[in-house]
Amino acid sequence: MVTYIVRRFLYSIPVLFAASVLIFFSVTVAGDPLATLKQNPLASKQTIHNIEKRNHLNDPITTQYAYWLKEAVTNKFGSPLLQPGTKIWDDLKRVIPHTLQLVVLAEVLALLVGISIGVYSAIRQYSIFDYAATTFSFLGFAMPVFWLALMLQILFTNIFIKWHVRIFYTSGLSSQNPGGGIHFWIDRLQHLAIPAMTLMLLSIAQYSRFMRASMLEVVNSDYVRTARAKGLPERKVTLKHALRNALIPVVTVSALNFGALIGGAVITESIFQLDGMGPYFLGALFNQDAYVVMAWLMVTATAVVAFNLIADVLYGYIDPRIRYD
Amino acid sequence: MPEPILSIRDLVVEFATEDGVVHAVDGVTYDVFPGETLGIVGESGSGKSVSQLAILGLIPQPPGRILRGEAEFEGKDLLKMSKKDLRRLRGGQVAMVFQDPMTSLNPVLKIGHQIAEAIQAHQDDVGDKAAKARTIALLELVGVPNPDRRYDQYPHEFSGGMRQRAMIAMAIANDPKLLIADEPTTALDVTIQAQILETLKTAQEESHAATILITHDLGLIAELADRVVVMYAGKVVELTDVQTLFAAPRHPYTVGLMDSLPRLTVDEEWLRPIPGQPPSLISRPPGCAFHPRCFLSQGRTRCRTEEPPLRVIGPDGHLSACHFAEELVGQSSKLIDEPVAGASS
Amino acid sequence: MTETTPEGDVKFPPVVGAGADGATISPATPEAAVVADLPDGIDLVHESGLELKSRSQWAYARRRFVRHRLAMVSLVVLAIILLAGAFANLITPYSFAAQDFAHSGQAPTFKAHHFFGTDVLGRDYFSRVVYGIRTSEKVALIVTLVSTVIGTLIGAVAGYYSGWVDNILMRFTDLILTLPGLAVLLTAAAFIGTGNPIRVAFILALLFWTALARIVRGSFLSLREKEYVEAAKAAGSGDLRIMFRHMLPNAVGPIVVNATLIVGIAILTEAALSFLGFGIQPPNPSLGKLINDGQDVSSSMWWLVTFPGLTIVLIVLCINFIGDGLRDALDPTQRRTRA
Repeated sequence: MVTYIVRRFLYSIPVLFAASVLIFFSVTVAGDPLATLKQNPLASKQTIHNIEKRNHLNDPITTQYAYWLKEAVTNKFGSPLLQPGTKIWDDLKRVIPHTLQLVVLAEVLALLVGISIGVYSAIRQYSIFDYAATTFSFLGFAMPVFWLALMLQILFTNIFIKWHVRIFYTSGLSSQNPGGGIHFWIDRLQHLAIPAMTLMLLSIAQYSRFMRASMLEVVNSDYVRTARAKGLPERKVTLKHALRNALIPVVTVSALNFGALIGGAVITESIFQLDGMGPYFLGALFNQDAYVVMAWLMVTATAVVAFNLIADVLYGYIDPRIRYD
Repeated sequence: MPEPILSIRDLVVEFATEDGVVHAVDGVTYDVFPGETLGIVGESGSGKSVSQLAILGLIPQPPGRILRGEAEFEGKDLLKMSKKDLRRLRGGQVAMVFQDPMTSLNPVLKIGHQIAEAIQAHQDDVGDKAAKARTIALLELVGVPNPDRRYDQYPHEFSGGMRQRAMIAMAIANDPKLLIADEPTTALDVTIQAQILETLKTAQEESHAATILITHDLGLIAELADRVVVMYAGKVVELTDVQTLFAAPRHPYTVGLMDSLPRLTVDEEWLRPIPGQPPSLISRPPGCAFHPRCFLSQGRTRCRTEEPPLRVIGPDGHLSACHFAEELVGQSSKLIDEPVAGASS
Repeated sequence: MTETTPEGDVKFPPVVGAGADGATISPATPEAAVVADLPDGIDLVHESGLELKSRSQWAYARRRFVRHRLAMVSLVVLAIILLAGAFANLITPYSFAAQDFAHSGQAPTFKAHHFFGTDVLGRDYFSRVVYGIRTSEKVALIVTLVSTVIGTLIGAVAGYYSGWVDNILMRFTDLILTLPGLAVLLTAAAFIGTGNPIRVAFILALLFWTALARIVRGSFLSLREKEYVEAAKAAGSGDLRIMFRHMLPNAVGPIVVNATLIVGIAILTEAALSFLGFGIQPPNPSLGKLINDGQDVSSSMWWLVTFPGLTIVLIVLCINFIGDGLRDALDPTQRRTRA
């Protein structure tokens, strides 16, 4: 088991290296990172020259890459191109926890709900519930996330305006004076609720479909028939024999989803103005700060790779067949 | 004759599929008596295992459907029984051994646990420790070496033969009165098959259970069965004791099955496979379902138009569903002129 | 969508007459050659008096698809929407950009044909939405074509040659999958620049081929072991000919299903990019941009956000239902039994 994890861990190092090459070269080739700045009449030649010199922008591209990589590894991505006084890592350190709070809240709830719906749909295949769940997930797949976010925002804003009931906040991470301790977290939950709902909808749609398919496959398997043949109550057949096997692919998918959502909640976060990875990234894009963009892409790629690793380990944990190899 | 332990009457099971209704079991009737081994033989798709799965409530419904029939087990109709009572019966008084031990055990649960679970499902008063002790004893009985250690292993750590032993241990865990073995050796290597047969015999002796042996292998029938039901296209086509079946088969399908068997004792002059393929159970051939492949039919109108009833054709209730069964008297099947193992006793 | 078709082996029911529908499998036996001349769906009487109903895979597929009621309804609805978009200039009551301050901020009404209401500048939102559909169509068409071609090529080459070629191509595919899709698109849009639909479409296509490449690779890996491929090799056919004349027709099912799904994802993603301001820029109409325009006044003029969004939902819903129907039709491994 340990060697298995270590081997998978070592394997992810070249993957990240390849990702860094891909990211650096495509961002650099895509255009002059200082193009916008050079058109700005307020930017002096000296400033531009300083930036170019500090980041070795006039060196050959491979040299640039080497400097960038060194800075990324030894100095946690260094400073933004355009604001040399600040540190990229300080910003990332601030926004990553916010994103994690949102993603964990949304995904944990989505998993619980999605799995329940999927299991029930499978054991009551072609029932009204099953059709309703199918319809729901098809709607979920067809709905643009940003549109859903706006609709929920409109809904809850109108509830507040009409009845002056503050159930959930429709933007921001915290109120002005959220208080401390438990009050802070209740306030935070009220702020995260609608964004989490937005993210959840698609995830629930996904997990419930996935779980249903996986469960249907397992329910007709020989070992579930064996479980029935030995006279176990239906509950035990479903929850112990079928569910444990059906969960294997779903756990893997959800681990991958977690990784992908670190950089994948851009739209939701920016609509609800949560100070997370998304708005930070969009800000960097608007400023065309290539170095922040690259750092951000590296962080999200690392998240994906890390959760890939976690998925593999989890997989080995729930499926005894691959534990010793 | 004693009272039958299981008696199936006019059982009809269908499956609704996209291409039409599959008539898997079509009016099947037979009895199983205490202590005996009843062999059910037929090609795949002849409905031989579906009838057993159906009466135990183990076919998925839908698409499966039991249209009519009775299945009395010790006087109670299994088809009218509540789900709960039927569940109590399964794995308790009626136990099954399935065909493929590779897929019939749950891959994520320990072997020992899967057997102990069967014990505790039927005997509420058995604690975890007692269940484990009993399981280890069962594993030992069916010939699993080092049962203590094997108890904590997962199915993938067992070989095919060992898994089938575990399945048998599971089946006899609650001293069943009826043991249904569905192609118990088909998925195994030939060398292992003999061992599993021995294990099955041991299990049978240990539990004194009546056994239904479902197989397509006439050799297995000769070895183990007392009486034999031959099925074709969802119907019983012949029913008799094993000696009579091999000595005087009275259905051309049975004769065909025997002719297609190779023998080790004689130089083989002819191996005669049954021509064609088993019919589609969605649109059965009219008349006798076997007529397109039958050497007796030969274009006779009656075979094509009239469905032959199962009728008494010989002594001791020898049944056959062939219009021209009498023509088989004196016909030479290669197995007829030679005593078969078990047939001479 | 996570519900991709299972990789690899796509089994069709007894393929008698697979060649009938233009699928070019060189008949390996004389019997097959005869069969191939029959129109599909015909009942063949088989040997030894047993009647076996054999249909070609396409007849099977068509029958199953037509039976999928939701897919058929979706096909009709989608056709109406797409035709409306294509003939936007003929059917819209107003032009895309015409302003009318006398009727600004009107709620949806049948009076004066403002079905979806008007915005702050008095522009008719129904007309704007229909023009937006036209843009979505254009983008989706290009994305689907380009990414399907790329995905099929890469998957076919990887699966056919296997070995190190496969290894390199698939590792590259994996690598692309480690990057967050939307972020990469945004980066590309920000640095390369977007604006017109064709450019946006090509940027999307560069990312959307990965799933298909994996699927096609899987099919090709199993197809290359088939007898007719070996026969074609033995007969001295070139690699390209074997890949695209012999093998591709047998991998067409999952490709079609995947292409359908890409249409939906492309429309959703284009809308998202445009909403964030990195996609299609004015004066080009776009559903995502329309929603963005309505965002600021969303609490007073709900219709500006609602209708373009509902339009997207309806289009993508139809496409996904059609995809579902196609999957049922073309992938019989997921054959359903009916109660």
